[in-house]
Amino acid sequence: MSDTYNIDSGDEAETPETLTLPLDAWHRARGGRMVEFAGYWMPVQYEGIMGEHLWTRENAGLFDVSHMGQLVVSSEDEDQQDAVTALEALMPADLSILKVGRQRYSLLLNETGGIIDDLMITRWPGGFFLIVNGATKWDDIGHLREFLPDDITLTHRDEFALLALQGPRAAEALASFGIAPAQPQIVPVDQLSFMQAGPYVWNGVELHISRSGYTGEDGYEIAVPAESAEALAEMLCTHPAVKPIGLGARDSLRMEAGLPLYGHDLNEEIDPISAGLSFAISKRRRAEGGFPGADRILTGLSQGTETVRVGLKLSGRQAAREGAEVYHGEEKVGVLTSGGFAPSLGCPIAMADVPAALGEPGTELFIDVRGKKLPATVAAMPFVPHRYFRKGAAK
Amino acid sequence: MTRYFTKDHEWISVDGDVATVGITDFAQNALGDITFVEVPEAGKPVSKGDTAAVVDSVKAASDVYAPVSGEVTEGNPALEEAPELVNTSPESEGWLWRMSVSDAGELADLMDEAAYAAYIAEL
Repeated sequence: MSDTYNIDSGDEAETPETLTLPLDAWHRARGGRMVEFAGYWMPVQYEGIMGEHLWTRENAGLFDVSHMGQLVVSSEDEDQQDAVTALEALMPADLSILKVGRQRYSLLLNETGGIIDDLMITRWPGGFFLIVNGATKWDDIGHLREFLPDDITLTHRDEFALLALQGPRAAEALASFGIAPAQPQIVPVDQLSFMQAGPYVWNGVELHISRSGYTGEDGYEIAVPAESAEALAEMLCTHPAVKPIGLGARDSLRMEAGLPLYGHDLNEEIDPISAGLSFAISKRRRAEGGFPGADRILTGLSQGTETVRVGLKLSGRQAAREGAEVYHGEEKVGVLTSGGFAPSLGCPIAMADVPAALGEPGTELFIDVRGKKLPATVAAMPFVPHRYFRKGAAK
Repeated sequence: MTRYFTKDHEWISVDGDVATVGITDFAQNALGDITFVEVPEAGKPVSKGDTAAVVDSVKAASDVYAPVSGEVTEGNPALEEAPELVNTSPESEGWLWRMSVSDAGELADLMDEAAYAAYIAEL
């Protein structure tokens, strides 16, 4: 027997040698099965993807996402207006109204409106903090260096690891370890709202914590100095609700949450509207444009796009994976961009780009898996409802 | 009954000219949680090395090759409802198919249990 379809490739450009991350030894000691991903050795699983996935949905999972790029973009002026202007020329977010301690999902766009990367951007008092994908971070840095004006400073915080703690018990767990706000106006970690962030102190170590993630669950992403990452991970795992979780479950969790993965569901050809990311085009930017590919993107917003990214639920148990062809009757209409078994649903799910006319939930399609046409139905995403924590929102 | 192993981590138990085929414990452990198994139908002729079954795990889909040539007599019907049997009992209840063996000479190319244990110890 042999692996015929491997979903664990990071689609990175050829990397000369696989690098290790700060928690490498820790993963190995905990039985993590290490694979190459985005140029690094990373744990794909510890006990098993299915169990880790379900644990995260019920408790809290600790993910090492230190391969991701942590960048700071800042300008000399105190109110960072120059950084706002410079970044708004590259991405469609309204950064002028982004308050200190608030986070947004945004996109680096190319001149035709294709997606160079998707990212999280947080306003800090002295600049903007960006978290970009691991497989694309070197290209992103090159892009930013090329297009940001000379008076804008770009810093790669490569001396920081990044941990994600995700799941309905993440807040309870994180709040139990005496992690204190670093400044008087910062709220305790369990009072952060979804997409809010701030500086914290733990044992004299400065952490940057945001309430966000990639699983659809409540949770946090924690930037920690590399030399303190192991102690932090070790401590978090002493909480009975917390277990380390590998990349395999990270992928199945994000698929169930309907979240796209760069290099698979998103790329330099697809525009944000076709990709279902209209929400990333801020209101003021829709009115004013001024970001790369604005013509194509604003036309897509007003007139619709030729194709749309849809979710698909398969009726059997056999999974279909990235690259499988999608049919409407006899006609080939698209290709899967992601696909696999959904542990929380007990059935296979997928994402695909299909003609807009076939995007309505309930539309019946077929997916060709090794010559067999598996029936699949267009389903609204997320497949599993998001459970983000919004302060003040009714539960 | 004699059990043989392939380098691709199939096992085949032979009793006269009838054989049962599955994947090894090593293989199921490498694949992780198995969510679906496509087994061959009775009557399907297979040649040594042909893809005869597909095992789908959360991670990936994997081909299972026929260790020898012959004709499938039965696919394991239990796997339709319980594909996880390949994880929990890979070398017993989680068998994949039964087949006739057309050329017993092909078995000579396979490993015995001790040779397979030595083989996986090197991986």
